[in-house]
Amino acid sequence: MIDFGFKKAKSSTVNLDEVDMRLYYAVAEIEPDIKRCMECGSCTAACTSGPFNGMSLRQVIHGLQRGTDVRPMISGCMLCGKCSMVCPRGINTRHLLLTISRIYSK
Amino acid sequence: MKETVVIIGGGIAAIEAARQLLSLGYSPLIVERSNSLGGHVAQWHRLFPDMTPAQDLVRQMISSISQAEICLGTEVASLNRLKDGYSVVLSNGRNVVCRAVLIATGFDLFDARKKEEYGYGIYNQVMTNRDLEQWFNTGNDPRVRNPKSIGFVHCVGSRDLKAGNSQCSKVCCVTAIKQAIEMKERFPAAQIYCFYMDLRLFGKKYEDFYINAQKDFDIHFIRGRVSQVDETIDGGVVVKAEDTLSGKPLKVSLDLLVLMSGMVCNAGSASIAGMIRADVDTDGFLRSKDNVYNIVESNRPGIFFAGACTGTKTVPETISEARSAALSIHNYLKG
Repeated sequence: MIDFGFKKAKSSTVNLDEVDMRLYYAVAEIEPDIKRCMECGSCTAACTSGPFNGMSLRQVIHGLQRGTDVRPMISGCMLCGKCSMVCPRGINTRHLLLTISRIYSK
Repeated sequence: MKETVVIIGGGIAAIEAARQLLSLGYSPLIVERSNSLGGHVAQWHRLFPDMTPAQDLVRQMISSISQAEICLGTEVASLNRLKDGYSVVLSNGRNVVCRAVLIATGFDLFDARKKEEYGYGIYNQVMTNRDLEQWFNTGNDPRVRNPKSIGFVHCVGSRDLKAGNSQCSKVCCVTAIKQAIEMKERFPAAQIYCFYMDLRLFGKKYEDFYINAQKDFDIHFIRGRVSQVDETIDGGVVVKAEDTLSGKPLKVSLDLLVLMSGMVCNAGSASIAGMIRADVDTDGFLRSKDNVYNIVESNRPGIFFAGACTGTKTVPETISEARSAALSIHNYLKG
């Protein structure tokens, strides 16, 4: 193919028709509380490791809903559990993260 | 002889005010331009937060005012200030003289066709909140055909300066959630999305509705205002919005799109206000004497307001205001 010196960028659009939410529903099966998340960001703001490695539980949950691979992000969690102290919807966030990791490792 | 109080409008504010005025010993006269009482609420199916059947509420309210005089299919032709009261000329030629007039003209639903980008009236599979309530009531709408995916667009014509409405219509957030739940109950296999800018769930048990919608009904909330709707070759629609929580553009195909049309001031309210030179507030609704302390009184003696003619209201707010207006009228008339 002739190189014209330019390339086509991949669209960043999230197409919900093609999003694979199986992992999200597999997590929700074990941790139904994940559905209660309203993405307020309290967990991310409280996160001790987030400022250093980009860990954000809100983005993890959002990523699962949009079918993206969240493994790189959850590897930044130190399981300190601070996020579960601030969650206004009372989600056991630490347990949720462990469940997500467990499902990935299967 | 009981003193007559003219009530302009025949919705729930008018009916409740009439009921209270009857019990206070007055003779209310309801002037309603349509041919039935109950206004918008009578067209609704169920009311949040307890899923009360709207028809039952309206029927119960109407049965409480059998002593009131009701002129249906009648409009106010003119309203003139007299020395001590008002002369109300009705479109049926009748002239009523009274010392107090209650304006309960309510709201109009925003005409969703004005937001052309959403395709209401252009694409087949786009309907409004009112169309959906009517489908709940009648089961008869060709647009609802076992949908596999349904979208709800919040803030249609509300919080929209370009559409001329800066106000929040208050009830659409919870109505969208209510309707989403009702649709999920009817079509359990459907994926349901709500597109919102922010969720304003201020009322009693509204937030519980939201949590239930997420947890028990698997309704997906997408924070982003729909910017464009296109029709697909198979007759559905593709909706575009920004998934603002990930900062990415988003699209999804839907079998049915429901627009949450907001409340705008009833076009008739302004013309009635014009007859007695009552003020219109900066938001286009009628201006109360005081927006904190005295919502039901106008700046004209003997002219009172109840319900959504002064701003967007929920059903319980409207009913409370109607009671308050009746008491204010009573205090005014007894001097």
